[in-house]
Amino acid sequence: MTRDKSVTLGLLIVAFLILALLPQFTSGYLVTLLIDILKFAVLTVAWVVFSGPTGYMSLATAAFYGLGFYIAAVFSGTVPFPLLIMLAGASAFVVALGVGALTLRLRGVYFAIFTFALVLLVQNVVLEVERVVTQTRGRFVETVSTEGVYYAILIVFFLTILAAMLIRRSRYGLALQSIGEYEEAAAHSGINVVWTKVLTFATSAVFMGMAGAIIATRRTYIDPYIAFNLNTSFLPVLMAMFGGMGNLVGPVLGAALFTYIGEILLTRFPDLYMLIFGVVLIVSILFMPNGVLGLAQGVWRKMRGGGHAPS
Amino acid sequence: MHLLEGEGVSRNFGGLVAVAGVDFYVDQGEILGLIGPNGAGKTTLFNLISAALPPSAGTISYEGSPITGLPPYKICRLGIARTFQTVKIFAHLPTVRNVMVGSLFGTGSRSSATEALRIADEELEFVELSSLRDVPAGDLTLASQKRLEVARALATQPKLLLLDEIMAGLTRNEVEEAMDLIARIRARGITVVMIEHVMHAIMGICDRIIVLDFGVKIAEGTPAEVAADKKVIEVYLGEEI
Repeated sequence: MTRDKSVTLGLLIVAFLILALLPQFTSGYLVTLLIDILKFAVLTVAWVVFSGPTGYMSLATAAFYGLGFYIAAVFSGTVPFPLLIMLAGASAFVVALGVGALTLRLRGVYFAIFTFALVLLVQNVVLEVERVVTQTRGRFVETVSTEGVYYAILIVFFLTILAAMLIRRSRYGLALQSIGEYEEAAAHSGINVVWTKVLTFATSAVFMGMAGAIIATRRTYIDPYIAFNLNTSFLPVLMAMFGGMGNLVGPVLGAALFTYIGEILLTRFPDLYMLIFGVVLIVSILFMPNGVLGLAQGVWRKMRGGGHAPS
Repeated sequence: MHLLEGEGVSRNFGGLVAVAGVDFYVDQGEILGLIGPNGAGKTTLFNLISAALPPSAGTISYEGSPITGLPPYKICRLGIARTFQTVKIFAHLPTVRNVMVGSLFGTGSRSSATEALRIADEELEFVELSSLRDVPAGDLTLASQKRLEVARALATQPKLLLLDEIMAGLTRNEVEEAMDLIARIRARGITVVMIEHVMHAIMGICDRIIVLDFGVKIAEGTPAEVAADKKVIEVYLGEEI
């Protein structure tokens, strides 16, 4: 157990160092691509923290991410960048606590639809506030250097991974799993199911908000359509499915491959991009029910000639 | 003072009266049987005690203080554990982790993971499932899954255990084993309320029996008294009990 832990921690530190030193040797496209990958990795892992074990499909990612955008825009230039990111995380946490307390009594598809509607609701509220109160359309955000953005999202990525690992290994990990398996039995076995769900939902929102605040600085102008884009809600779900949700490597792998494949298709086949992407997605969901990682583990087991070794 | 006491406990579902003003009590150390035809309101009564449902009227007290309105997890931590008529296990988790949920969250005092695991293993031993501790609970037989639910409930270290038809669907041998298990639970000083349709089992182990019919308590007494009760015989259509 402890050896397992130190190996994982060691690997994480090595990965962090490599990624941290990267901008010293290369620049331009690779760093930009990595920012994109890390952004989606944060969103996907944060999504998996709550929706993975509980099976509550949240589509609220764009709401918290967009909130981060707007926090960045509102406080842009008045607050130092790190503080801005923390502020976005804290706001997302508070909003998610409220939303969670209201909605986590809903189950299954009702919860998914509500969180979907939440994004539209927030988007339209912000639109109306801009139209009626501030009489503006969109806002400007002070930019941060590419390197600054890269390091910020890298740090948030490792914080997300760390939080996800701690939650999975703690008593809350078991509580979340049992809620996903049979919520009623979990409640009657002494688990405060409402609090456990709301707290985890809010924790996952922290990282979504932080990512939003960081990425907002990549744009000079944002508006509600850019900030609260529903793709931000759907893509992490697809990336998690694509990579596999059995452990934390899957979502990261899914986010990386998905983003990379998307980039290649977009540059090579700009007209057929969505068509090819759709086919890749359908094929992967049909034939890789446990994601890329599950497929790789299956192949690995066959190559070693092992029988039914537990994953 | 009774360990558990209900006064005028009622529950309606729309126009349907599932439990109608039932008074009941359970004393420390006894085994109370709850019988009655299908739809008599037995499981609903369990749901009211364990707070799966709020009562429409009436109060339930535990160790002298009212517990109506508390959430299920608090009821569990106070010392009232239950099993379910249709098993509700954590199918994809290993057997031992199922039980550990009880010992980790349900005892009412904060225990370490190591301590919770130790208790979980003890309870698995107690229900004779130790050999299956690492198997996903969903792969167990029905009889084993019912035992697993008992172990999970026991791991919360209850004073009162509500068993909802743990013998339904079991073979004769398995019923004997379940009866033996209940006897051993009582020997630990745990009070038991059991809903059961297996008559020879309920007559054999219960100190006292309450009979429900259409949500109303129609009889109460020792197994011999209940078996001789006219109303009870009527309800069971002259079935030999």
